[in-house]
Amino acid sequence: MSDNNLKTPSKLEKILKAGHFAVTSECGPPRGSDLEAVAKKAELIKDHVDAINITDNQTSVCRMSSLAACIRLKTMGLEPVLQMVTRDRNRIALQSDILGAAAWDIHNILCLSGDHQSFGDSAAGQNVHDLDSMQLLQTVRRMRDESKFLGGDEIKRPPRMFAGAAANPFADPFEIRVNRLAKKVAAGAEFIQTQCIYNLDKFEEWMKGVVDRGLHEKTYIMAGLTPMKSAGMARYMKNRVPGMDVPDEVVKRLADTPKDKQAEEGIKICIESIQRLKEVEGVRGFHVMAIEWEEMVPEIVEKSGLHPRPEV
Amino acid sequence: MIVGEQKPLDEIWGMIKDHKKVLIFGCNTCVAVCQQGGNKEAEVMASMLRMRATQEGNGIEIIDSGIERQCEHEFFEKTEPMIQGVDAVLSTACGIGVQFMAEKYEIPIYPGLNTTFLGAVEQAGVFTEKCQACGQCILGETGGICPIARCAKRVLNGPCGGSTQGKCEINKDIECAWQLIVDRLKLLNRMERYEELTPIKDWSTDRAGGPRKLVREDLVENE
Ligand code: SF4
Repeated sequence: MSDNNLKTPSKLEKILKAGHFAVTSECGPPRGSDLEAVAKKAELIKDHVDAINITDNQTSVCRMSSLAACIRLKTMGLEPVLQMVTRDRNRIALQSDILGAAAWDIHNILCLSGDHQSFGDSAAGQNVHDLDSMQLLQTVRRMRDESKFLGGDEIKRPPRMFAGAAANPFADPFEIRVNRLAKKVAAGAEFIQTQCIYNLDKFEEWMKGVVDRGLHEKTYIMAGLTPMKSAGMARYMKNRVPGMDVPDEVVKRLADTPKDKQAEEGIKICIESIQRLKEVEGVRGFHVMAIEWEEMVPEIVEKSGLHPRPEV
Repeated sequence: MIVGEQKPLDEIWGMIKDHKKVLIFGCNTCVAVCQQGGNKEAEVMASMLRMRATQEGNGIEIIDSGIERQCEHEFFEKTEPMIQGVDAVLSTACGIGVQFMAEKYEIPIYPGLNTTFLGAVEQAGVFTEKCQACGQCILGETGGICPIARCAKRVLNGPCGGSTQGKCEINKDIECAWQLIVDRLKLLNRMERYEELTPIKDWSTDRAGGPRKLVREDLVENE
C-alpha cells in the first residue's frame, strides 16, 4: 500500500502503513465490575502487542461493556481496539457508543455481527440486528469521513477511528469467501482480523484469491491465531465451534503428545503457523487470541520473531 | 399463511376454568391447514376440556363451533346468537382472530393457540417460516429467499462467519439462508449481484414503525 497518508491517529494504522507486521491480541472483559481484571490482563501483554482488542459480550455471555474496558486501557496509555457487535444495539445506540469511544480517543474499531444469543446466558433475549457488520462499517466510515450521522446531521468532533472487520476464510460457502471480503472492503474495512487459522493450506488458498483480486492492497489482513491448550480443546474447536476448521493432523499431533506437554505443543504449533504465514503474500500482521491464556502471548510473539514491537 | 400451535391444555384450562359456559371457537382457514385451530380441532379440544372438567368435578359447560375466518365481520353472522349465549370464548384462531373477536364482544376471548409465524407447507406436517412482513420486500435482490425471516441474525449482507455446510450456526437443522441465496443466485446466473452491498434498511415499514394499516380508499364503503 503506497498510501502513507494516515486517516486517523491510530497506532495500529501507523504500524501497518509503515510496513511492519502488526501484532494485536485480545482480552475479554470480566463478568463483573472489576476494572482491574482488565488492567491485569493488559499488563501481561502490553509490551508485546501494538493494540488490544476488547471483546463485546463474546459468545453472547453477558460481561462488562467493551467500551468501559477500552477506556481503562486508555488510562494505562495503551491502544484499544473496540469490538462492537450489531446484535445488541440499534443504530442510535451504536452511533452513540462510537461517539462515547471517540470522546476517549479510542482510535480503532472492529465491526462484527456477533454470535447468536442462543449460545450465551441470555437465550431468551431479543437480538437487534438493525444493521449488519458491513453496514456498521459503512456507518463508522460515514461518521469519520463525512462527519455525518446516519440520519444526515453533522457531527461535531467526529470519531477518528481506524475501521476493521473480521473475516472467516473457513466458513461456508467457501467459494464466496473472497467476494465477501471484497464486500467488506467496499463497505470500508481498512484492516481485517481473521478467524483462528489451523488449516494453513486452506487459508493460503483463500489468500491467493484475495491477492489475485488485489484486495491485499486495499486492506491490511491480520492472520488470527489461537494456541491450543490441549487435544481436548482442539477436538472441541473442531466439533463444536461453528465456522472453525481444525484439520485432523492438528488434533492428532496434540493427542499424540503426553498430556502434560500438550500446552507446550500447542504454543509450538502457533509459532510455526506464524512463521509460515509471515511468508504468505498479503499477510500484514497477526492477531493472537490466547483465550484466558494471555500470559503466553509474550512467548509466542518473541519466538515468532515479532519482538521488539516497533516504535511509531 | 399464518401458522399456529395449540397451547398446552393446562394453560388453556387455567384460563377458562372459572367460567360457567365457554365456547371453543375454531377458525377454518390458515390455522386449519396446520390442523391446530380449525373447526375440527376446536371440537376435539372441547371434548378434552369436557373430560378435564369431569375429572376436576367442575360444572363448567363447554360448547364448540367455528367459522370460516375470525378476521372478517361477515363470517360471524350465523354464530352471533351462540356467542351471545356464553360468558367466555376460547378462540383457536391466530392472534388476529382473537383480537378481532375481543373488539366485537364484551366477554373475555382467550387464545387457544400460540401464533407462531407466517409460513408455508413444506410437506405434510412440516411448516416453515418464510416472511416477517417487513413492509419493504427485498426478495428481488436476494434470489427470492428472505434473509430477514430466514437468517437468525437477519444479516442483509451475509452469510456470517458461522455458516457451516449449508447450515446455520444456531442449529444444524436450520438451513443457512445465505447459503440458499448464494445457491439460488448461481442457479439464476446472477452471482454478480452478490457483491452489491445491501443498503442499510429502513425499518419504519416494519413492526418498528408502530402498528401498520392499509387503507384502500376505493374499497372503503362510506356510510
Ligand atoms: S449461519 Fe447463515 S442463517 Fe445462520 S446467522 Fe449466519 S448467515 Fe444467518
